[in-house]
Amino acid sequence: MKFVIRRFKDDKSFWQSFEVPVKKGMTLLDGLFYIRENIDPSLAFRASCRMGICGSCAVKVNGRPRLACETQLSKFKKEIKIEPLDNFRVIRDLVTEFEGFFAKHKKVKPYLIANTDYENPIEQLQTPEELKKYYIFTLCIKCGSCLSVCPSSATLESSLGPAALVSAYRFNADSRDRGKEERLKIVSESFGVWRCHSAMECSEVCPKQIEPAKAIQLLRRETLR
Amino acid sequence: MIDCDIAIVGAGLAGMRAAVTIAEKNSKVSVAIIAKTYPIRCHSVCAEGGSAAVLRKEDSFDLHAWDTVKGSDFLADQDAVEFFVRECPKEILRLENWGCPWSRNPDGTIAQRAFGGHSVNRTVFAADRTGFHEVHTLYERLLKYDNVEFFSEYFLTNLAIEDNRIQGLSAIELKTGNLVFFKAKAVILATGGAGRLYGFTTYSHQVTGDGMAIAYRCGVPLKDMEFMQFHPTGLVPSGILMTEACRGEGGYLRNKFGERFMQKYAPEKMELAPRDVVARAMWKEIIEGRAFEGEHGPYLALDLTHLGEEKIEQRLPMIREAAIKFLDIDPVEEPLPVKPVQHYTMGGIHTNMFTETPVKGLFAAGECACVSIHGANRLGSNSTVECLVFGRVAGEMALKYIENVKDVKINQEFLKEEEKRIFDKIGKGNENPHTIKRELNETMDKHLWIFRNGDGLKEAIRKIEELKERYSQASIADDCRKFNVALLSTLEVGYMLDLAEVVAMGALLRTESRGAHYRLDYPERNDKQWLVHTLAYYTREGPRFEYLPVTITKWKPVERKY
Repeated sequence: MKFVIRRFKDDKSFWQSFEVPVKKGMTLLDGLFYIRENIDPSLAFRASCRMGICGSCAVKVNGRPRLACETQLSKFKKEIKIEPLDNFRVIRDLVTEFEGFFAKHKKVKPYLIANTDYENPIEQLQTPEELKKYYIFTLCIKCGSCLSVCPSSATLESSLGPAALVSAYRFNADSRDRGKEERLKIVSESFGVWRCHSAMECSEVCPKQIEPAKAIQLLRRETLR
Repeated sequence: MIDCDIAIVGAGLAGMRAAVTIAEKNSKVSVAIIAKTYPIRCHSVCAEGGSAAVLRKEDSFDLHAWDTVKGSDFLADQDAVEFFVRECPKEILRLENWGCPWSRNPDGTIAQRAFGGHSVNRTVFAADRTGFHEVHTLYERLLKYDNVEFFSEYFLTNLAIEDNRIQGLSAIELKTGNLVFFKAKAVILATGGAGRLYGFTTYSHQVTGDGMAIAYRCGVPLKDMEFMQFHPTGLVPSGILMTEACRGEGGYLRNKFGERFMQKYAPEKMELAPRDVVARAMWKEIIEGRAFEGEHGPYLALDLTHLGEEKIEQRLPMIREAAIKFLDIDPVEEPLPVKPVQHYTMGGIHTNMFTETPVKGLFAAGECACVSIHGANRLGSNSTVECLVFGRVAGEMALKYIENVKDVKINQEFLKEEEKRIFDKIGKGNENPHTIKRELNETMDKHLWIFRNGDGLKEAIRKIEELKERYSQASIADDCRKFNVALLSTLEVGYMLDLAEVVAMGALLRTESRGAHYRLDYPERNDKQWLVHTLAYYTREGPRFEYLPVTITKWKPVERKY
């Protein structure tokens, strides 16, 4: 199979093709490793768990963001086009700058705000029904796929973007949390939930099927209460 | 140069737990978390099944300790185990208080499930994504504190030690390729295991044992490295982990005749015997021709079909997702093809039960360390909680240690020499480091697998020596410093070769079978000679070995039956 990769080195960008022998069950990530190990050891991409849980390897594949490790090559015909994620600055090849993405996440206070005692923790009760209210939104692996397709983030860098808003809703919906008001204040600002154009692209591409757009809708409802 | 009070290397469970402790106890102490990946990309996120802790009346600390000691085939230090089990419950509750979405009983209490080698349902879990949720909980908690700074995608290259005291460390900032010196009064290593020595493994790609190898080269001994855990159920062919919780929730292992073969090997515990016992049983089924044959070789069946869709969806959702995504098999409908897979490094950097290494100011916690609470075989769900317990201890010990350190003096030559070593000396030949790694993986998968013997181990040592020789001619075919993955892979392979040598030589010297180390030529446990820890010290000529008695408090070694 022909891998056509958009590469970046020393502020130069160019397309390069590699021929990769494909076996049954091989993933896109296996293919990238094949190139690095056998053809070009300098090919830069991120990878870690290779099982869809660490969020390292999201790249643009034929125009759509995907986790390389979960992408079966058998789904593609003779050629596959691979680029770094949009809306992220490229460091090298497929590796992009994530500091800003993590800073957005930090901004929404994504931690439980509650009166707890570090030295003497006690078991707080939470029923399975209460858990279910937010659990799906805990599954975000911070791969950046949603942000890379978000039109409101493309035009405003300070926009919080889908992943951070998912985190805000996740904690707001947790029965143990007492920080709802603080977070609502943050997400109500101009770069928050009202910045969203409801393009719904994030929900389309999320590899964990979290539906960030739904979390944003739910947050909007909360801010209006 | 970056100046901090405490530098933590590794942003997995142990490293981040250490950082939380420090931040909670003292907001004036500056902490740098230096890690090869972003924190939530660490390998801890791959832990699935759960974390053990005594939470309810029907359980007891002595029972958890006994299960752990028996599971360890009596190589665990019992004082450390007794301390460990008493600390586990608080850690589970702390994570709860910080937002961890533990799975719950209908009454809202924290749920617990069965796990191999544990006498009662002791394993706390968050579906089958326990490590993922624990990591995210700790990472998000850390965002609260102002005195903790993350240095993500910095690759540790060396420790600065003068007069047996730590002074700091050097690391490559991947983004720029610059070598950076971190001056620190104390350093905590929490760099994880060494799983990628093997080819068929559950480990993430980056788990190459860097921290262990660097400590070793700096004179810190490695302990019990010959004990590698093989998890019974790695998905064929990728090696992706199918959690032990599959069996904890009632799943069966079957051979090609449909038999639940564990009946023969562990009639009482069946599929929930400890991992060494189940992995050996499976390998025996494979060798004796009772496995299925597929395009990727022999495999056995992990049968969950009788559990029903509702239970699988609730308790094992990620397993189902992975099986469908990677194999197009839905475990609700069809058994999964599995075989034993390399999974955990019982050995590691030699520490006492307070996480202290022989170097002053240098601490180690989590999988990179060997306390030892796992001995010759770790019980499932004891490792994530080990990271929490000993991460905390390391944080507290480091805090206490720096109280008496005014300032560290820096050896100005250190960074210059390190710069020379990395950028001038390595990678000037023409050997492909990836080829060396592949051959190392093949050697480990063949000779340091579940069944070992003297001849195979000698062959492995010979091969590792050959690879080391070739490594001196490794190439780095990339002249750009920015995100130079060729340099990174080459450094990693060098670390792995050192570790492999320690594993293989330790295994050859240990002429007995204990826990995960099984010698076909010495099939019995030999307490008279081998109830000792192996310590490997670095020398230019290869490892020098010493042995250390095991600490026994309450439980004399007895025959181990399940």
